[in-house]
Amino acid sequence: MVIDLSFIWAGLIAFAVLAYVLLDGFDLGIGILFPFLKNRDERHLAMNTIAPVWDGNETWLVLGGGGLFAVFPLAYAIVMPALYPLIIAMLLGLIFRGVTFEFVHRTKRMQGFWEVGFWAGSLIATIAQGMALGALVQGIVVNGRAYGGGNWDWLTPFSGLTALAVVVGYAMLGATWLILKTEGETLVRARRFAMPLGVALVALIGLVSLATPFLRPEYLARWFGWPSGAWSAVVPILLALAIWQLWTGLRNKDHLRPFLATVAMFVLSFAGLGVSFYPNLVPPALTIADAAAPDSSLLFLLVGAVVLIPMILVYTGYSYWVFRGKVHPGDGYH
Amino acid sequence: MFGDISAIDLARFQFAFTISAHIIFPAFSIGLASFLAVLNGLWLWRRDEVYLRLFDYWKTIFAVVFGMGVVSGIVMSYQFGTNWSVFSDKTGPVLGPLMGYEVLSAFFLEAGFLGIMLFGRERVGEKLHMVATAIVAIGTLFSAFWILSVNSWMQTPQGYSINDVGQFIPEDWWAIIFNPSFPYRLVHMVLAAYLTTAFVVGAVGAWHLLRSSESRGAAIMFSMAMWMALIVTPVQIIAGDMHGVNTLEYQPAKIAAMEGHYESFPEGRAPLILFGLPDDAAGVTRYTLEIPLLGSLILTHSLDTPIKGLDAFPADERPKSAMIFWTFRIMVAIGFAMLGIGLWSAWGRWKGQLFDMPWLHRAAVLMGPFGFQAVLCGWITTEVGRQPFTVYGLLRTGESAAPLQAEAVGISLMAFIVVYFLVFGSGTFYVLRLMSKRPRDRIDIDEIGPTRTAGITPIAANPTAPHPTQGE
Repeated sequence: MVIDLSFIWAGLIAFAVLAYVLLDGFDLGIGILFPFLKNRDERHLAMNTIAPVWDGNETWLVLGGGGLFAVFPLAYAIVMPALYPLIIAMLLGLIFRGVTFEFVHRTKRMQGFWEVGFWAGSLIATIAQGMALGALVQGIVVNGRAYGGGNWDWLTPFSGLTALAVVVGYAMLGATWLILKTEGETLVRARRFAMPLGVALVALIGLVSLATPFLRPEYLARWFGWPSGAWSAVVPILLALAIWQLWTGLRNKDHLRPFLATVAMFVLSFAGLGVSFYPNLVPPALTIADAAAPDSSLLFLLVGAVVLIPMILVYTGYSYWVFRGKVHPGDGYH
Repeated sequence: MFGDISAIDLARFQFAFTISAHIIFPAFSIGLASFLAVLNGLWLWRRDEVYLRLFDYWKTIFAVVFGMGVVSGIVMSYQFGTNWSVFSDKTGPVLGPLMGYEVLSAFFLEAGFLGIMLFGRERVGEKLHMVATAIVAIGTLFSAFWILSVNSWMQTPQGYSINDVGQFIPEDWWAIIFNPSFPYRLVHMVLAAYLTTAFVVGAVGAWHLLRSSESRGAAIMFSMAMWMALIVTPVQIIAGDMHGVNTLEYQPAKIAAMEGHYESFPEGRAPLILFGLPDDAAGVTRYTLEIPLLGSLILTHSLDTPIKGLDAFPADERPKSAMIFWTFRIMVAIGFAMLGIGLWSAWGRWKGQLFDMPWLHRAAVLMGPFGFQAVLCGWITTEVGRQPFTVYGLLRTGESAAPLQAEAVGISLMAFIVVYFLVFGSGTFYVLRLMSKRPRDRIDIDEIGPTRTAGITPIAANPTAPHPTQGE
């Protein structure tokens, strides 16, 4: 059996988006938690836990966007105008937060301003991503080879709900990352954040999961019809397992397990989205096959991806390994 | 709200604004990454602490510049879709994979090793740190390779066919990547990045030499920069000339617009219009100051080869001359000013006075920002000269834009302008402030506070270290 190139690429793009969500998730989450940290030293400590890796984390977003342009240009051309204000807001938010890693160390007078920028930029980018997710799940109106909807289609109660869920989810990733990377007072505080955030995250995943099948009839059939419903049920069962791991991890005061459990919850929620979307790339009507570039494009980039993505994973892993362990106040070169 | 300005004009302005703001950072970080690799190599080779201190000095600046390049670059990778979705749909199969290779082979490489380069010397040891530093430099060059291939294909497209929904379909990847203008554009841009950086480094060195001639670090910076000015500027001028000849072959209308040639010269013998005021509406360049025959000599390297003017092209396929006539001349003038500085420094070096020439130092400080100016003018020339097409001769700019309303584009444009001036304005200020600090030749042991982790072992000052005037 020959596997269609476009499906391999759909998998790779999904992987890039998931990698982005997980990696920049804890990164943005620390920005969201910024105002709740105790003082400037603690905020800078939190920032230093991600300073060596944030740039690599955001590169996955460039791969998601650039990859979509390369292998599903039609989807890229439809989705970007459809989500125009969200994409622009996300980009501006990412600009603000990205530069603050260096800027906070370059000024005394404006330090507070850039710290607020780090928080606001992270929050705006996260809200924009959460709303974009909701807008995609609801479906995008297509007219010919272009977006056919209005300026405000993305703004609905459902996209508000997904935005809230993603904000809480990223904050939870950030809190559990801090549990992993800090010690002492900061660690205790991060644990105190993680409990209520975890409860809220579980509730919001539940709400989004309940709402999703009723947005479109095909989602309902996928989740509750037979036999697809039986396979789909695997996702919520594994999710329950992850939640249980999170609970025991937090209760036993583990350092690594809460983070991994939160990651698992993200992976499973993402898989749930995949179950709803398939075989569409952009619901309700643009399929993976329709949106794909010709095979000559897919194959050319696939050769590079097969060689380079494993290398990227190895040296990215190496970089994380180099900066492993707890971060101490005063680390870094500033 | 935006009156008579169309959505497409706003989108064009937005692209011009965001990409102009962006290119400033890579133009600097491509050069700076290589400079840092050289400095670190010199430190490891000679074990003279002044190189380590110079590395740390420029590393801090690099971190700020690189961060601004990353975030302004993410904007570019999404703007094709948000504002130019029809272009994206049609060119995605050809250009997308090239950009995909840029992300996979360059962006990840830079990002993956940047952390080690900036923070990791003590954690991984000197050798691996050197490898990481070199990899970051190589990553910036890979990035230049792919993105210039993309841009060059838009100028001189080949190796494609067009399918029934109007998409460009790749037929021959080798022909696409190595399209006719690519080698010239790549060389020209990489040299431009190196020269831009050299003149910034030279200006910083000169600035500190003017304030105090005691700093070895400042002398080394200045000396290295002046070698670059002397050796690379002539190479760049030759590369620019070859690029121009290539453009004449593949995009003669662009050359005609750059030269203010509205009328053809069927028998060659074209003058070089040094200055003038191109009037696109009337189709004539007014108030010209000309040098006879030199136009033909520069463009065709002969006297009697026919040269096309804008009148040789249909009215709706002509680029406008008014802007690029001037941007081109500004770029060339800066190039020759750089050459002048290089020669001046060579004369000073030969006389053994390189570090005692305040007027040369003042001129070098003045030249500091002009590399960026030349890069911007060069890009404006080639991009405006490609109009009215996005893919030259094949896809019109007017048929490339996203179906957006003027309000949406206008509001986002204003947001970009406000945020860019605030963020990148502040960043530029911080970079200038870092540059105004005098480079340290060594660090004394009791200065190493808690923020410096173990491992930066200051080696004893080398009593036999050469005086800076003894050459680098």
